[in-house]
Parts: sequence; C-alpha cells; structure tokens
Amino acid sequence: MIYINLYSLLSFYNTIYLIVERLAIMSLLRIQNLRQLLLTMTLLSVSLLSHGAPQTIDKSSVDSTFATNPKLPASTTDHSTLPALKGPFKNGPEVTKVCLQCHNMAGHQVMESIHWKWEAVNPLDGKKLGKQHAANNFCGSILSNEPRCTSCHAGYNWKDKHYDFTNQDNVDCLACHDTTGTYKKIATDAGHPLYEPRELPKGSGKIVQPPDLTKIAQHVGKPGRANCGACHFNGGGGDAVKHGDLDTSLIKPTRKLDVHMSPEGANMTCADCHTFNKHQVSGSRYTAKSKDPHGIDTPIGDDKNRATCESCHGNAPHKETVVNNHTNRVACQTCHIPAFARGGIGTKTLWDWSTAGKRDANGKPIFIKDDHGHMIYSAEKGDFKYGENVIPTYKWYNGTVKQVSITDKIDDTKILELNAVEGSINDPKARIWPFKVMVGKQPYDVVNKTLIVNHVYGKDDTSFWENFDYDKSIKAGMDYADLPYSGKYGFIETRMNWFITHMVAPKEDVVKCSECHTRNPDNRLAEIKDVYIPGRDYNRWIDTIGWLAVAGSIGAGVLHGTVRYISRRRKDNKHD
Amino acid sequence: MTNQQPARIYIYKRYERFWHWSQALLVIIMMISGFEIHGIYSLFGFGQAVQIHTVAAWTLITLWAFTIFWQFTTGEWRQYMPSLINVMAMVRYYTYGIFVAAPHPFHKTAHQKHNPLQRLAYLALLAMISPLIWISGLLYLFYGDWTQWGLSQYLSLEWVAVAHTAGAFMMTAFFFIHVYLTTTGHTLTAHIKAMITGWEEADNPKH
Repeated sequence: MIYINLYSLLSFYNTIYLIVERLAIMSLLRIQNLRQLLLTMTLLSVSLLSHGAPQTIDKSSVDSTFATNPKLPASTTDHSTLPALKGPFKNGPEVTKVCLQCHNMAGHQVMESIHWKWEAVNPLDGKKLGKQHAANNFCGSILSNEPRCTSCHAGYNWKDKHYDFTNQDNVDCLACHDTTGTYKKIATDAGHPLYEPRELPKGSGKIVQPPDLTKIAQHVGKPGRANCGACHFNGGGGDAVKHGDLDTSLIKPTRKLDVHMSPEGANMTCADCHTFNKHQVSGSRYTAKSKDPHGIDTPIGDDKNRATCESCHGNAPHKETVVNNHTNRVACQTCHIPAFARGGIGTKTLWDWSTAGKRDANGKPIFIKDDHGHMIYSAEKGDFKYGENVIPTYKWYNGTVKQVSITDKIDDTKILELNAVEGSINDPKARIWPFKVMVGKQPYDVVNKTLIVNHVYGKDDTSFWENFDYDKSIKAGMDYADLPYSGKYGFIETRMNWFITHMVAPKEDVVKCSECHTRNPDNRLAEIKDVYIPGRDYNRWIDTIGWLAVAGSIGAGVLHGTVRYISRRRKDNKHD
Repeated sequence: MTNQQPARIYIYKRYERFWHWSQALLVIIMMISGFEIHGIYSLFGFGQAVQIHTVAAWTLITLWAFTIFWQFTTGEWRQYMPSLINVMAMVRYYTYGIFVAAPHPFHKTAHQKHNPLQRLAYLALLAMISPLIWISGLLYLFYGDWTQWGLSQYLSLEWVAVAHTAGAFMMTAFFFIHVYLTTTGHTLTAHIKAMITGWEEADNPKH
C-alpha cells in the first residue's frame, strides 16, 4: 500500500516539477506578449494533459484505413508477371542485366555506394577507409584473397586487384532484394551463388543445390533483416564473429533481444533505420555520429538519415527530466544495450594469429573445439576466445575514429589500437559510448613498422591456409599488393573498437542507474574517470570532515548526556 | 518538594507543529535518500533514491512557501532575529548548570520561543546551511538546463555536488545536536511533548 501511494505521489510531484521547469524555461525565453503567454499556457496544459492521460488508439479504425488494407499490393509492380523475368537465367549477371533494363539508373547508384566500392573517405581528414584500406584484427586484407572475401561484395566477379568497378552488369541486385530467402552467395566464388549442384563442404558428401534464379528474380522486394544479415551477421568469417551486436539471432529476434527488430516488437528491418537514398546507406561505423542534436527527422527538408536513435526518439525521450539530463553526455546505447551477444551465439573476443599453423604428429593441421562447439584453435587462424552476454567497454567518442591503414607507420612498442576513438568530458561533441573491444595479435613487418597483407586464401603454394607458412604467405601478399616488405615479420597486439548499437533491449531491461552510480568497483563506467558521477565520486576532504562533524555531533550528545546522567544521580544521592 | 501543578503555556500553534513535524519527516527522508545517492549504502536503489529525494525536495519547497507566508503574516519571523544578550548564560548553562540542576536561564513564552543560542543556531541554519543546500540542490536538479541558462561555463557538476554534500553533512550534524537538545528540558521529553501538543510545562513556576 505504501508503495502504491509513493508512486502516485511521485507522479503527482513529477507533474508539479514539469510545470515548474516549464515555467522556468518560459521565463527565460522572455515571453514578449500576452498572446504568446496564452499560447504557451495552452500548449503547457495540453502537454500536461497528454502527459497524464494514456492515449488509446482504436486498432480497428486503423486497420480499416486504405494504407493497411492487406488486399492492396505493397508494390506497384508484380515482378512475377514480367515477361523479361521468365528466365531461365544462367547466372547472376544475366539477372542484373534484366533488372537494369527497367531500373536503368540503379546500377550507377549502386556503383557509387560503399557496398560496391568497399571504400569510404573520412570527411574529417580525407583518409581512405573501408574494407579496401582500413586494417582490422580479424581476417586481414582483401588483397590476394579476393574470391573468398568478395563473397560478401554487392557484386560479382571481384576475383583480383584488377576488378572493373565501372561494369554495372556485375552489380548483384539479388543479394539485397531477394525476398524468398533462397539466394545465397557462396563463400569462395567471388560473389556468385551456386549455378551447379556442389558438394559443400568438400568431402562432407552433402550436395547443395543451386538457387532458382528465375523464382528469385520474380520475387524481389525491399531488403529484409536476412538480406543485410547474410553479410553483416557473418562478418569476420562466420556467424556473430565480428560485431558482437549483429548475428543471425537478429533474423527473428525475441523482443528481449531487440525491441526494434523483433516481430513481437516493432518488427523493423535494418533499412528502417539505415535509410537508403539513391542506394547509399546511412549510418556507417566509419563516420558514426556521436550525437545527433538535430533530433527527430521530418519527411521534408531533412537529410533522410535515420541511423541515429534521436532521428525517431528525439533528444529528450524519457518522462523523467533527470534521465533526459544524461542524453547530452551519454549515448542512448550505453543504457539501452546492457550487454551484447545476447542472442545465444558467441562472438569472437580474441583472435591470436601468432599461434596459427600447428600440425599434429601426422602433419595434419590441428583444429580444436570447446564444449560449446566453438573453434578455440584453428591451424588456419590461431587461437580464439568467445563471449556471450558481454558487458561492453565504455569510452568517450566525439565522432572521430583514428583508423589505421595497412600502409601506416605503426608504433610497435605498445598495443596498437587500429581504430582509436577520441573524446573526453571537455569535448562537447563527445558522449560515452559502448564498444566491443576486439583483442588481436597479428603479423606485422618488424623492420618497416607496418602491418602486412597476408595471402591466406588460394589453391597455390604460398597461401597460408594451404601451406601454413607465414614466410611464404606474407611475402606473397605484400608482393601482390605492391607494398615494401623487409622479409621479417613479428606479431603485434592490437585492439579494435566496435560500436555497440544493435540488440536494443526493452525498457524493463535497461541498465540500472545503480550500475554506474555506485562506489562498487565493478561500476560500468569505472574507466571513465574524467567526469563526476554522483554515487561514485566524492570529495575526500568534504567526506572526511563531514563524517567527523556528524560523529562529533552524535558523540557530543552522548557525552553530554552521560555527564548529565551521572551528575544528576550524584546530586540525587546526596539528597537521600 | 511541591505537589503544585506546573503552569502550562501554549507555545507552538497548530500550523507551526504541522510544519515542524512534516519538515522533520522530509528532512529525514532526504538524509536517508541523499546519503544513498552519495553512494554510502544501497537501500532503495539509486534511481528510486533520486526520485524520493526529488519529490521530498519539492514537497519541502511547497511547505516552505506556506511557512514563509505564515511567518510573515503572524509576525513569527521575529523569533529568528538574533540577540547576543544572555548567549553566555546559555553557554554556561549547557556546559555547567545543566549538570548541577541549575535553573534554566531562559524561560519560553509564546513571544520568545527560542533561547538566544537557539536563535543563533536557527539563523545560521536559515542563512548559511539552507541557502547552500537549496541553491546547490536546485542547480543539481536543473543540470540539464545549465547550457540553456548560460551557466555551463561557470559551473561544474562536481563543485555543485560537493557543495550540496557539504550542506548535507552540516544538516545531518545539526539534526543530531537538535535531537539531543530536545532532551534537555526539565524532563527528557518535555520539549518533544510541547512540540506535539503545543503546550509547554514551565520548568519552575515559582520563578
């Protein structure tokens, strides 16, 4: 009972608080005339009323509107009836040619996109980023490994460094627009799906059938979670490996895992936030916005970039002002994603290339799996560690990522941060963000002090995965990339910061106030030392003097009272 | 010695008693929730402690608004005007006289409720501790508006928080001394009874 009363009291005072706060803001806005005042009062009362009264929407009336009429087709074109799509198609590029007959600018749009170029330019310093240039501590470099890596390219035939980025017939429309869920680019064919039945994996006896390109071409549509996920959930060579907050559990997530993408939640697709304009995707990690002061986007005049939380939720989305006070310095993700890799699939947290290449007594490469079926050692790749339900690492981020390229001179006397994020309390653009910090150990040129290109994939006598010989594979990779190599390699410890921004939990699972506002040493923000956090921080002097004063006041009373008691008793005894 | 009924005088009016006890309750709530916010212990959980602290603060502000009005309309504000006369007598009483059952040097009346030492203490509370707590507390509460109000360059959260903590410690020390001194009437509970019923039994009717 007391509890309930406390809550009604709380909401009552919250309302008073809102009035006082709004009045205070109004007075500061210096209301110029009466009309303005009246308008403000009206708005104020309306907002307060709407604040108090729960809004009920009559679902039946919504369902009967034209827009949601299930009988109406979602698209203006039924592709299954188009004569040009009758097929049969021998391969992907043949389908693309037909697509481009009608969508005759789509190829040009795609060929300008990061999904095609794998290249981005840092707007801050002009440095070239993207998979082609940026170093990572996962698989390494695309160079000399193209047919394997480009299985995730939004195109076909990127087999070597001489790829023609201007041939629109090589654009892969189906990877993103297949709605049947049957189109699969296979791992080793430079972006192609299977065209003939093939035994996969080799020696398994399992024959995999090629997808029906005609059926797929006739059922194209907007990209769903599985389309984007085919590459982005499997980055780094497998499910959940790379990001930590992106894995196949997000194809059909529970509400608890992802409140936005869950069919029980908002059932949103990736592209609902990562809006595409002219086939250019928004919200790249290379240029992640640290803060979006612009807030809610409107359909007209805005940048149509909805990749920030603020684009839909604004800058003051909470009922409690105290909580809204955080949004200026704390990213939404910091509280709303309590842990990553929550979908039951472990993400790689450590990759040590230095141990790769071990063989058993018979000369066979060694592979070891743990009890959960995770590969913890692979002769091809080295040692791995995994994590599930991992609490992120928190860092200031102001919008600047210092990305290391393969050609950059590096300092090998300390751990190398491949994409250091910048920011501090003194930087008004910076907010505290959550990251997955990937621990790596990877080969580098100990003389030239650069990272290296390692030729891992290929049926030849230099590739690492065939020969397990770093001397050969690094030399082959560097020669192929036309980069100087001293011939001497070593291993350097590296770190990579991965923005944690997906797997947004429902509000009941949000990080509790007391997980940061605590003196407990396992405080989530223990590493953020340059800001005063109530509940964690205090002034030693004030606390020491303060407690002495409190103890003194209690002690004085006890002492005084004791003397009083004793002296009175003596006096009373005398009287007897 | 004597069976004579002690004289009773009506000192604390109804509103005054209501104000005192509701303020006492709010201050205790704020001390408990405040020291949780300060990270000393975990009772309600930080988020809940902040809510309780905030609600109590607004309630106390409301109460004060009424009380200030009451103080001025009734003229009771004069009770807080300091006077240095007889301060030393009070000090002597608390350091010596009280132990030898010397008579209290001050006699409460409806017009003079506070002894000279009390006046000084309450004035210090009103003029020093309260402004420190309220100004720092309200700044703390409106942290999100500092930029809009043009205060960001002058204030740091740390110093506002430290000032608020310093005020809280002073308040807590005051609280314990205040509670102890309520026992120094002619009986242990005489002062407390007076604050509940409004009636004070004069300690020595002959004087």
